[in-house]
Amino acid sequence: MNLLEIKNLKLDFGSGAEALRAVDGVSFNIGVGETVCLVGESGCGKTVTALSIARLVPVPPANYVGGEILLNGRDVLKMAGSELRSIRGGVVSYVFQEPGAALNPVFRVGNQIKESLKLHKPDKATNEEVIRLLKLVGIPAPESRIRSYPFELSGGMQQRVMIAMALASEPKLLVADEPTTALDVTIQAQILELLHDLKQRLGMAILLITHNLGIVGDMADRVAVMYAGQIVELSPAKELLRHPLHPYTKALMNAVPKLAGDADRLSAIPGNVPRIGNFPPGCRFAPRCPIVKTECSDKIPELVEVEPGRFVRCPFWKTL
Amino acid sequence: METAPPIPAIEAKAPLSPWQLFWRRLKQRRIAMAGGVILIVLYLVALVAGFVAPYRYDRIDNNSFFHPPVWPRLQGFRLVVPRSEPGNGVFAYREMSNDTRPLHFFVRGGQYKLFSLIPASIHLFGTGDDNYPVYLLGADQFGRDVFSRLLYGAQISLSIGVIGILLSFSIGMIIGGISGYFVGATDTVIMRLCELIMSIPALYLIISLRATFPPGMSSSQVYAMIIIILSFIGWASMARVIRGMTLSLREQQFVLAARALGQSHLKVIVRHILPNTFSYVIVAATLSVPYYILGEVVLSFLGVGIQEPSASWGNMLTAAQNTEYLRNYPWLLAPGAAIFITVLAFNFLGDGLRDAADTKSL
Repeated sequence: MNLLEIKNLKLDFGSGAEALRAVDGVSFNIGVGETVCLVGESGCGKTVTALSIARLVPVPPANYVGGEILLNGRDVLKMAGSELRSIRGGVVSYVFQEPGAALNPVFRVGNQIKESLKLHKPDKATNEEVIRLLKLVGIPAPESRIRSYPFELSGGMQQRVMIAMALASEPKLLVADEPTTALDVTIQAQILELLHDLKQRLGMAILLITHNLGIVGDMADRVAVMYAGQIVELSPAKELLRHPLHPYTKALMNAVPKLAGDADRLSAIPGNVPRIGNFPPGCRFAPRCPIVKTECSDKIPELVEVEPGRFVRCPFWKTL
Repeated sequence: METAPPIPAIEAKAPLSPWQLFWRRLKQRRIAMAGGVILIVLYLVALVAGFVAPYRYDRIDNNSFFHPPVWPRLQGFRLVVPRSEPGNGVFAYREMSNDTRPLHFFVRGGQYKLFSLIPASIHLFGTGDDNYPVYLLGADQFGRDVFSRLLYGAQISLSIGVIGILLSFSIGMIIGGISGYFVGATDTVIMRLCELIMSIPALYLIISLRATFPPGMSSSQVYAMIIIILSFIGWASMARVIRGMTLSLREQQFVLAARALGQSHLKVIVRHILPNTFSYVIVAATLSVPYYILGEVVLSFLGVGIQEPSASWGNMLTAAQNTEYLRNYPWLLAPGAAIFITVLAFNFLGDGLRDAADTKSL
């Protein structure tokens, strides 16, 4: 059984005639101990999808219109409040983009980690356990660091504290929402290495949200590429990077700056992600697609398994 | 060739905690510190009023109606207190400068209870002889020592401010936090209620609320009633401000992070959002204490507050309503000076706290 199965998730912002569909029929699975990357441009629904796993998108303004999110076989969208609170942190933990903003500025970091322990492992809510966690995430001199305030730590250290908090309850799934975007490149590499290492040691699954395809190659077992609220390609990471099937994935990979070669200009995907509620008819990538055909605007293409384990939402993938 | 002097090693210092930074900034503000020191002294004295006061608040001396202030004077190497005799005219007194008694410290006098618990009879100073009274601030129309009553009154007037603030700010913070966190209909209902309370002129509200309590209550009941009335009016403005701050704080990522850890809504409000408003709340509380002190003064001044013979700064001022009294016995205004000093000290301290906390950087 998969740890997480998202089936045809549909989420609106607002309701009635003004409802805007932010997530439109997203389906994917995460197996035990697997790392899945969710890739896409800003505003394509990655974060909303990830927050939905613990039903963290506030309702209202959001509105779960359809679909199922099965975590350990239980549908998160149907859970009562108390069960929901026990899986939050207990089964699925989050690490956010801005470590400085995700830590409460008025409490010492040790107390914040302890609070996570109190919620899910009350008998282990001790300083020793906090120090052990801080050591686990590679914070030097954890004995004195537990008395630090968040603002006294660097961004990388703050993110390590966030990871320690997320790990405190020994979750089965760690959702990392662009955990390295706010950090500089060397720290980025350290944090990713840490996540990779922790995954091996603790055997947890990771859902990593990123718009950095470089990370995907290092970390992911499988990749889901999202565009305008839909998954356009779902594939094992190595094959996707070697040979992307969807024109959007291809365009994303071309947009990665390369050191080799003679490119003077960075290549970019022309146009912008369409705004929610203003999607073009048919394929949502059509207006920006290099291989667009007239029938692309007729109807939204299905996500089809074209090779074993490889799904793509484009009928013309062979012509790419 | 000259060698460069060795570079001294820089010692790593532990970073200052927010409270240490706050304290360091506050210390630089002399006026605020002065206000703080005055308040500490006032509260300490009020705490041990029975010991510092030479007499009990209800000790009546039939020979001392409207007695003017009597200060000990230096005679040789001793402080002495002269005896007074009735002089010519109504409530006129003549000092017998050749008939004195030495002023003693830690002298045995009337019974009182230290901290309202421990029975004691030692007073800081006094003559030990009722014929030689020490009236530092004179006596009132019943021959009671104004200074002693001022100290006993401080117990009531100063504590009403603190307890009232604790009560109304707790209510205001929790209700404001709930209002700002849940928004929507909850918010609308709570905010309209706040506006309703704030739109009624405070004095009318106070007096009409007072009318709902039965007459003839004991002093401690009246005391509790005053706190309840003032807090009932006071929480609304606090709730509005906290609600506004919560509206912005609820969008912060640490709120989402706390939710993602499985915290309940109420705990997110109490443990994560409200502590982030403390730097504002502490300042606002300091600046609001005078409102409660003055509220008690107003109620007692109007005769619906603390009842005689108990002393409060408000009901002591009631005696000073009469212009003839004021002209002839200006020492009856001493509680007014005490109120003035206290309110000013709170405002100075509050201003300094605000500068030191710099709530704008929240």
